[in-house]
Amino acid sequence: MRQLRFLQAMNEAYRQVMAQDESVMILGEDIRGGIRGETKGLHAAYGDDRVLDTPISEAAFTGFATGAALAGLRPIVQFQVPSLIYVAFDQLVNQAAKMRLMLGGQADLPVTYTIMVSGTRGGNAGQHSDNPYPYLVHAGFKVVCPSTAYDAKGLMIQAIREQDPVVFIASAMSLPQKGEVPEDIYTVPLGKGQVRRPGTDVTVVAVGHLVPEALAVADSLFEKRGISVEVWDPRTLLPFDRDGLLESVRKTGRVVIYDDTNRSCGYASEISAILGEHAFSYLVAPIKRITRADIPLPYNPDLEAAVLPSPKQLEQAICSAWSYSKS
Amino acid sequence: MSNILPPQMARKMYADMLRIRQFDTKVVELVDDDLIPGSCHEYCGQEAVAVGVCSALTDKDILTSTHRGHGHTLAKGGDVGKMFAELFGRSAGYNKGRGGSMHIADVSLGIFGANGIVGAGAPIACGAAHKFKAAGEPHVAVSFFGDGAINQGVVHEAMNLAAIWRLPVIFVCENNLYAMTTPLREVTILELHERAQSYGMASIKVDGMDVGAVFDAALSAVERARSGGGPSFLQCDTYRYFGHYSGERHMKTTYRTQQEIDEWKKRDPLDLWAERLIRGSICSAQDIERMKREVDDEIAQGVEYARGCPTPSPQDALEYMYAVNYPYTPAKGAEQ
Ligand SMILES: Cc1ncc(C[n+]2csc(CCOP(=O)(O)OP(=O)(O)O)c2C)c(N)n1
Ligand SMILES: [Mg+2]
Repeated sequence: MRQLRFLQAMNEAYRQVMAQDESVMILGEDIRGGIRGETKGLHAAYGDDRVLDTPISEAAFTGFATGAALAGLRPIVQFQVPSLIYVAFDQLVNQAAKMRLMLGGQADLPVTYTIMVSGTRGGNAGQHSDNPYPYLVHAGFKVVCPSTAYDAKGLMIQAIREQDPVVFIASAMSLPQKGEVPEDIYTVPLGKGQVRRPGTDVTVVAVGHLVPEALAVADSLFEKRGISVEVWDPRTLLPFDRDGLLESVRKTGRVVIYDDTNRSCGYASEISAILGEHAFSYLVAPIKRITRADIPLPYNPDLEAAVLPSPKQLEQAICSAWSYSKS
Repeated sequence: MSNILPPQMARKMYADMLRIRQFDTKVVELVDDDLIPGSCHEYCGQEAVAVGVCSALTDKDILTSTHRGHGHTLAKGGDVGKMFAELFGRSAGYNKGRGGSMHIADVSLGIFGANGIVGAGAPIACGAAHKFKAAGEPHVAVSFFGDGAINQGVVHEAMNLAAIWRLPVIFVCENNLYAMTTPLREVTILELHERAQSYGMASIKVDGMDVGAVFDAALSAVERARSGGGPSFLQCDTYRYFGHYSGERHMKTTYRTQQEIDEWKKRDPLDLWAERLIRGSICSAQDIERMKREVDDEIAQGVEYARGCPTPSPQDALEYMYAVNYPYTPAKGAEQ
C-alpha cells in the first residue's frame, strides 16, 4: 500500500474532509505559507473564507472558532507550536470546553484544535518543548495522540467529524513517521487503544511518539532476556480505552507507563490511578511510571536528555517490574 | 546625523552595531555547524534599532526582549563570551546553559530576557517600570517587540496599563514587515504607531535603518519617561536580512522576493552610519576598518572562550527550578 508521512496524512485528511464538507474551515498562523506542509494546497483549493491566515492573536482566533462553530461551521484551529495554547487558555478552557454543558446542550461545538510539534526537543528550551495534553484532558477536551501516519489520518478525520471539541496532538517526534495510509477516506474511532506488540509478561503503555521507542525496547528485551512485553498504545487520551488496557493487564499483571509529560498530575498519573482502582486484584507488581521530570526542558542537550523519559529508563523499569515478587 | 551626539558615542554606536552584525553572522555559521542546538533568530539588518534605543539607556534601565534577542542583549552591554557560552549550552553561559538563544538574559544589566512567546515581554516591562516609579527612581523600562506582536492582546493590555498609570515605559515596535511568512499588511490595518496613539501616549514612526534617528527618538521618549511624562511608542521600520529563523535557510520560501531583500540592503544601517561618520569627519575609513578588526577579534575570542567552558552535569538537571527545594520536589521522571 501507499506510504505517507504523518504530515502528509494530516494534509490528506484536511483536504478530503474539506472537499466533502463545506462547513469545515481552518485557521491559524502561517497556514498558507505553511512551511511544514500539513496545510499545503488548502488555500488554493478552498479559498479565503475557509482557509484563514490569522494575526498573532491566539486568544482571539480560538474564540472566533467557538463563535463560528456555534453559528454552524466546523473549524479547525491550528496552533503553530504548543505553548501558544497558554495564550488562548481562557478561550479554550473557560469558553470552548465548558460551553456545551453551560448552555444545557443547546448547541454542539465541533471544533478541532491541532497542536503542532508537541513536545519538541533538541534545544528548544523552556517555552517551546511542552507536551500540554494533560492540561487539556483535565479541562475536558477530547484528546487524540496518534503515533502512526495511519492513525494521524483516521483520527484527524474522526476528530473533525466529532460534534465536540477535540484536540489533535501532532507530536514533533511523530512527524517523521512514515507508514501505510489508505487513499480513501476512513476514520479511527475515539476511545480504542491498540496492542502494537503482543506479549505476556509486562504491559507497557506508551503514549504518542514513545510508541516506536517502546517497541524497540520490547524487541531488544525479548532478545536479550526473553521478556515478553506487550506494547499498548492508547491512541486517544480522552476518551480512554479502559477496557482495552485492563484486558492487557489482566494477562500480564505488570505495567510500566511511558509518557512524555510531567510526573505530577501528568498523563501517567491518570493511567496509574485507573489501574489502582480497576486492576488492583490482578496486579502482581507495583505500577511503574517513566515520565518527564517536573521541570521545563532545559536548553543544554545533556540536561534535556536527563529530564526526558528514556529507553534506558524504560528498560530498567520493565526489568524491575518483571522480576518483582512480593516476599 | 543626530545633533545631540558626541563623536565618541557616534563611533561607539557603529562598533555596537558591528558587534551585533558579526555576532549573528557567526551564529549562522555555528548553527549550520551544529555547534548551537535548537534554532536562532538572527537580528542582522535591524541593528540600528537595538543600538539606537539602548544608547539612550543606562545600566539601571531595563529591557524586555524577544525571540530575536541577540541584538538587544548585546546593545545593552551583554558579554559576547557569556552569550556564546549560553548558546553552546555551557555552565558559564548567562543562563547556565538552561535558556539558550530564546531566553538569554543578564538581570544585573537590566536585560530581563529574550522570550519565546510573542508579545510576552510588554507587561513585564510595565511591572518593572512601576517599581521605578513607586520608588521614585529615574529609570525606565523598554519593551522590544515585532510588528507581529502588535496583534497580541497582552501588548494592548500592557500599553493601556502604562498609559493609565503613566509608567516610564518605552514600547519599541520593530517593524520588519513580516511575522514569519505573514506580511504585515495582511494582518494589520493602519500604521502600527497609530494604534498606540489611541491609548493616549506619544507615538511616532522612525527610520529604523538610521541609528541616529532611532537614538534621537528614543532619547526624547526616555527623557519624557524619566521626568514623569509616561509611556511612549516608537515604530522603527526595518528589515531582517535572514529568514525568520536559522532553519529557514534550508527551506524554500516565497513570501518575500530577493529583489525586496536587495533593495533594503542598499540602506544597510551599518553602511549608512559609516558613511555619515566619515562624511562628518568623526571617523576615517581606516578607523572603520580598525573597528571591524577589533570586533572580529572580540567575536573570535568569545567563541574560543565559550568552546573551552565546561558543560553542565546531567546530575544537576533539576537545579534552578525553585529557590528552595522540598523533599521529592521537583520530581524526577523515573524513580532512582
Ligand atoms: C504568542 C506566540 N504566537 C506565535 C508564536 C510563533 N512565532 C514565533 S516568532 C513569530 C513571528 C513574530 O513576528 P514579529 O513579532 O514581527 O517578530 P519578528 O520575527 O519579525 O522579529 C511567530 C508567529 C510565538 N512564539 N508566540
Ligand atoms: Mg516582524
